[in-house]
Amino acid sequence: MSATMDTESTYSGYSHYSGHSKKAHRQGSRDRHKSPRSKDGSRSEKSVTIQAPPAEPLLGNDASRTEEGQDDNWGETTTAITGTSEHSISQEDIARISKDLEDSVGLDCKRYLGLTVASVLGLLVFLTPVVFILLPQILWRDALEPCGTVCEGLFISVAFKLLILLIGTWALFFRQPRADIPRVFVFRALLLVLIFLFVFSYWLFYGVRILDSKDTNYQGIVQYAVSLVDALLFIHYLAIVLLELRQLQPVFAVKVVRSTDGESRYYSLGHLSIQRAALVVLENYYRDFTVYNPSLLTASKSRAAKHMAGLKVYNVDGPGNNASGQSRAMIAAAARRRDSSHNELYYEEADHERRVKKRRARLVVAVEEAFTHIKRLQAEEEQKAPGEMMDPREAAQAIFPSMARALQKYLRTTRQQQYHSMESILQHLAFCITNNMTPKAFLERYLSAGPTLQYDRDRWFSKQWTLVSEEAVTSGLQDGVVFVLKCLDFSLVVNVKKIPFIKLSEEFIDPKSHKFVLRLQSETSV
Amino acid sequence: MSYVPGQPVTAVVQRIEIHKLRQGDNLILGFSIGGGIDQDPTQNPFSEDKTDKVNGWDMTMVTHDQARKRLTKRNEEVVRLLVTRQSLQKAVQQSMMS
Repeated sequence: MSATMDTESTYSGYSHYSGHSKKAHRQGSRDRHKSPRSKDGSRSEKSVTIQAPPAEPLLGNDASRTEEGQDDNWGETTTAITGTSEHSISQEDIARISKDLEDSVGLDCKRYLGLTVASVLGLLVFLTPVVFILLPQILWRDALEPCGTVCEGLFISVAFKLLILLIGTWALFFRQPRADIPRVFVFRALLLVLIFLFVFSYWLFYGVRILDSKDTNYQGIVQYAVSLVDALLFIHYLAIVLLELRQLQPVFAVKVVRSTDGESRYYSLGHLSIQRAALVVLENYYRDFTVYNPSLLTASKSRAAKHMAGLKVYNVDGPGNNASGQSRAMIAAAARRRDSSHNELYYEEADHERRVKKRRARLVVAVEEAFTHIKRLQAEEEQKAPGEMMDPREAAQAIFPSMARALQKYLRTTRQQQYHSMESILQHLAFCITNNMTPKAFLERYLSAGPTLQYDRDRWFSKQWTLVSEEAVTSGLQDGVVFVLKCLDFSLVVNVKKIPFIKLSEEFIDPKSHKFVLRLQSETSV
Repeated sequence: MSYVPGQPVTAVVQRIEIHKLRQGDNLILGFSIGGGIDQDPTQNPFSEDKTDKVNGWDMTMVTHDQARKRLTKRNEEVVRLLVTRQSLQKAVQQSMMS
């Protein structure tokens, strides 16, 4: 069967297939315009229209999407997308904008509050040893014992330890916050409380035993300040271990599944709270998962809708509203019905694959041909041909028209056309030409869907996330915990599993113990 | 014949006398032998006749090469074999029972 689908040289074979698929499609779908597609396919083989690069974007953006009838290359796909199976774009945009507005104010306040508390505390803590040393000098200088060499040595040690503490705190805490999270970090809050209590108790002791009694042993006072700085360095060490090192060792394997198309990944995490795990998952989502493409989902939705359509329940036995009985009867009837939707799916998928492969082959050939027109000038050749020199952007614009049509058709077939505008394609082409990339390297971006980060921000469909969890989000990960990261259009279901405890034992094999015997059976005639 | 390795085996034997044929310069017997204590018993090509003695030489604990040498001595024209066969054992048992 696959053999007949791939060969197109015999027209009878191809038309048989398109005839079959057309019949199957006409039976079922009413909201998919399949028949123009096969016609379009045959049209493209015969017609030779050269498309001059248009001024407006080649592959639709929001503006051209609303004007459906304008460019008849876009007519068939845009009606399918904006019509039935998705929210309309403008409404979604409004919802998103309002959500952004109301959320940004609240979260900013919370973030800045936390930041100010921490920085005030940090400043206080940093200045405390300095104050401890300076206050006796200021208040009762004459009564103080003279500071000997040991004491002055301690000044140097205090200075350097404070410098190390400053650098360490800057490295550990003064980082750009990566995200807004719903609840406060438990460990950070605990550390702040610990530091506050610690410094408070030191001040208490200092105030009562030194300031009130005006202690004259200056060396003792300086040593007290040094011990404070030492203890602060140890608290810094504790902070590193609690905040950074503890979650490095992998303990859990976390499975992330996207709800719309089932794409899944596994990640290894250490002991993290649920909200921090959610943060890690989201950061990896943008890099690992292919971009969410709503136009790929329309097929399965319409298939599902057709499954129950056409069945109606009539209650013949009188007025009795047995709702569950009715629905069960409908489901049973739908399951028993002899529908050929599996057949349709199979042929449709095979057909689609064949079409994609064909268009991909045309695209690759067109791009390879286009790239042969460009040659990089060496330094000496620059003087020979001054008139025709072009910079990368101009070179890209020069070879773009020869591949534009093939690229446009391929992107339409794989439903990626809204992710690439002509401007972005030209930019990418100029970039590839500048960096001496081969045609295949140029095409890598278009042949298959890439991760979300690769595309323009307003095509992402996923910027505002909500963490839905049954346990508290500050509690740690456990085996079997499930939480969901929801955004407007889809959600990521996260399932946590513990990495099993591994029992590893050893067995020593002496290399000399590898000995072999020949087993044979010979036969001699005598 | 089943046996327990290491235990003495009793078997019914048959005496066979073979006169060697002359073929060219060699004296041949006209059959093939296989086995020997240095061979893999699971790959035994023939398991019908097992030779116990050849001209008085013991054949139960010889290697393949030694057995071949004993059978093909140039100056012996006659070879006297003592062979055991499983069918012999069965025939004797049947005759004893009946």
